[in-house]
Amino acid sequence: MSAAEKLVVRGLHVAVEGQEILRGVDLEIGRGEVHALMGPNGSGKSTLGYAIMGHPSYEVTSGSVELVRADGSRLDILSMEPDERARAGVFLAFQRPMSIPGVRVADFLRHAVTNVRNPGRKEGEELMPMREFRDELKKKMADLSIDPEFARRYVNDGFSGGEMKRAEILQLAMLRPKFAILDETDSGLDADAVRLASESIARIGGHEMGILIITHHEQLLEHNVPLRTHVMLGGRIVESGGPELAAELHKKGYERIRSAYPEAAAAEKAMEDTRTAEPAPA
Amino acid sequence: MSTGFEAPAAIGEINKYDFRTESPAVFKARKGIDREIVSQISEMKKEPAWMRDFRLASLEVFESKPMPSWGGRIGVDFQDIYYYLKPAEQQGKTWDEVPDAIKQTFDRLGIPEAERKFLAGVKAQFESEVVYGSLQEDLAKKGVIFTDTDTAVREHPDLLREYFGTIIPPSDNKFAALNSAVWSGGSFIYVPKGVKIEFPLQAYFRINAESMGQFERTLIIVDEGAQVHYVEGCTAPMYSTESLHSAVVEVVVKKHGRCRYTTIQNWANNIYNLVTKRAMAYEGALMEWIDGNLGSHLTMKYPAVYLMEPGARGEILSIAFASAGQHQDAGAKIVHAAPHTSGRIVSKSISKNGGRASYRGLVKVEPGAKKSRSSVVCDALILDDRSRSDTYPYIEIEEQDVSVGHEASVSKIGEEQLFYLMSRGLTEAEASTMIVGGFVEPLVKELPMEYAVEMNKLIQLQMEGSVG
Ligand SMILES: Nc1ncnc2c1ncn2[C@@H]1O[C@H](COP(=O)(O)OP(=O)(O)O)[C@@H](O)[C@H]1O
Ligand SMILES: [Mg+2]
Repeated sequence: MSAAEKLVVRGLHVAVEGQEILRGVDLEIGRGEVHALMGPNGSGKSTLGYAIMGHPSYEVTSGSVELVRADGSRLDILSMEPDERARAGVFLAFQRPMSIPGVRVADFLRHAVTNVRNPGRKEGEELMPMREFRDELKKKMADLSIDPEFARRYVNDGFSGGEMKRAEILQLAMLRPKFAILDETDSGLDADAVRLASESIARIGGHEMGILIITHHEQLLEHNVPLRTHVMLGGRIVESGGPELAAELHKKGYERIRSAYPEAAAAEKAMEDTRTAEPAPA
Repeated sequence: MSTGFEAPAAIGEINKYDFRTESPAVFKARKGIDREIVSQISEMKKEPAWMRDFRLASLEVFESKPMPSWGGRIGVDFQDIYYYLKPAEQQGKTWDEVPDAIKQTFDRLGIPEAERKFLAGVKAQFESEVVYGSLQEDLAKKGVIFTDTDTAVREHPDLLREYFGTIIPPSDNKFAALNSAVWSGGSFIYVPKGVKIEFPLQAYFRINAESMGQFERTLIIVDEGAQVHYVEGCTAPMYSTESLHSAVVEVVVKKHGRCRYTTIQNWANNIYNLVTKRAMAYEGALMEWIDGNLGSHLTMKYPAVYLMEPGARGEILSIAFASAGQHQDAGAKIVHAAPHTSGRIVSKSISKNGGRASYRGLVKVEPGAKKSRSSVVCDALILDDRSRSDTYPYIEIEEQDVSVGHEASVSKIGEEQLFYLMSRGLTEAEASTMIVGGFVEPLVKELPMEYAVEMNKLIQLQMEGSVG
């Protein structure tokens, strides 16, 4: 596997509004690999996803994120705009997707797919042919048991939690990135839907995609058995292991982790305290 | 209908609405306004005495009225404007007869194509006169009249005179008086009892002479149980000196009639666009104004519906887009003058690059207009810190038993929305264009297809260079 293209995160420090959230994250995911990322709420999992994707509120204070190709050449992801990162093959399924009223799912996706598949496309150039796009969208929606009407709805506008997550998976299927971060894509879905999501992600990923699955549960991992499971606490990955680690955390929670890594646990507590210390509105 | 956004247009497109065509003006009155000029206009048009007298009386009203003290600053020198310009000797009957220079202008606007596509008559106003018009034969057979207002003065004097200037009298405001004195062109439509026109009637207006005012005058009469959708669109070339456009639109919708009046205006940045639009709706009738305002230096426009009899309904949907150097003071007015009437106002504005968009509206419920309902929703989207949005919602209620609701929201274009779209590969410009397009979608989807496409294109042009 060492020859495959990799997403490499080194010593990543990220601050939001001047407060440090990630305190040195290292992670390496090859195409075709699945990794799981777990950790208590507020430990910085979503922050890692946003920072890799380039959210302007998440300031990288040090460290690097690179795509390392099989021939050893490197692409510096952090110097790119979010759209350039998408075109380079990076994808984030949002924990809380944004609604864009008035913009239809199909129109948005056609534009997105066109740009991502022709990374050199300039503004104003032709979009993917309508018929071809529509046929593909229809098929992928059917694969995900999504009602065809869905394409005409406004992006995430008035969607239920489950619909939003399925829409994120649909985007994953259409955009076929090299690397995908799926941030709690199972939340808001019932048991059957999680099973379907798990199968779909495995099928979409094939052996081509590197996937980082952020989850609190095991079900999504059923068809996406992680090569590595990472545990985040206080803005660092404190422990990595195999699938058995995910099972343990799912069953027993984070007590063992907190006592094994007191420094990270203290950082987590400090972050929580600054959050709750926000002055109440007068 | 898909209102999908193609990416912002190529450079050539940007200037599409910015060309000028040299056209030999056959008659050009001198600059300025006085009794002599007004009489001359009337004479040129070979008008009956009553119309000349109406013009001259209106001139006196115009001269006696002060400038409006609200809205925007109107920096117009009335003596530095041409009030009448006749572009061609004859009104063209068929496309072949239209002079070449004029044709080029229309060609570039896509009018001949539109003519083919459009289902009914195209009326194109070029400078002050209608130069080209056609109307489907079966409409004429049904007794529908669709002509320019000058022709109507000659050919339908009784019908025209019964309503002309009664819905908006010259005394209404300074600019209505000005229009009444110097008006030229515009459309006259009569839809007889029970006749329903299924497809939109269309008109294009265009200013194309420096420092020239355009004062078209439109009158629409929808008889009992009849139905019409009238559409006008405007694009204007850019000019270095300021230009005045001041139209008057009067509409009467009789018992159980329906009228929808759709306008898209995209004026050049130096134009003052001061328009008075008003409709009277009678028993069970429906009047809808759909109004898109882009461009111009200052637009002041508040389409109104007077609900005169029980069951009358009025709807006003408006979009305003204000960019650098532009002030859109647009809004709506609904007057409930009878019981069981209902009104709805939806206003959306976008301001960017220092543009200013104001909503100014009035809902008035007169005594005795029981069980009337009215709602007002205004949403403003501000694209940057230099731009501005204001809301002036006036509500006057002189009756207890009514329901009147008002909601307003102002939002900034969301960083989170931009990031979401960009994370899917859209550039910042594409993403913000898409968000703005989505914001106006609820109104754009009410437009006929060709206009929806045009509107989306105009918004793209407005959005260009918005980033950074
Ligand atoms: N946009 C933001 N503004 C302020 N604080 C934030 C923001 N995003 C994350 N944080 C803070 O960063 C910490 C980590 O949050 P997050 O990455 O969402 O954790 P997780 O996804 O593991 O639950 C929390 O303390 C949270 O309050
Ligand atoms: Mg999270």
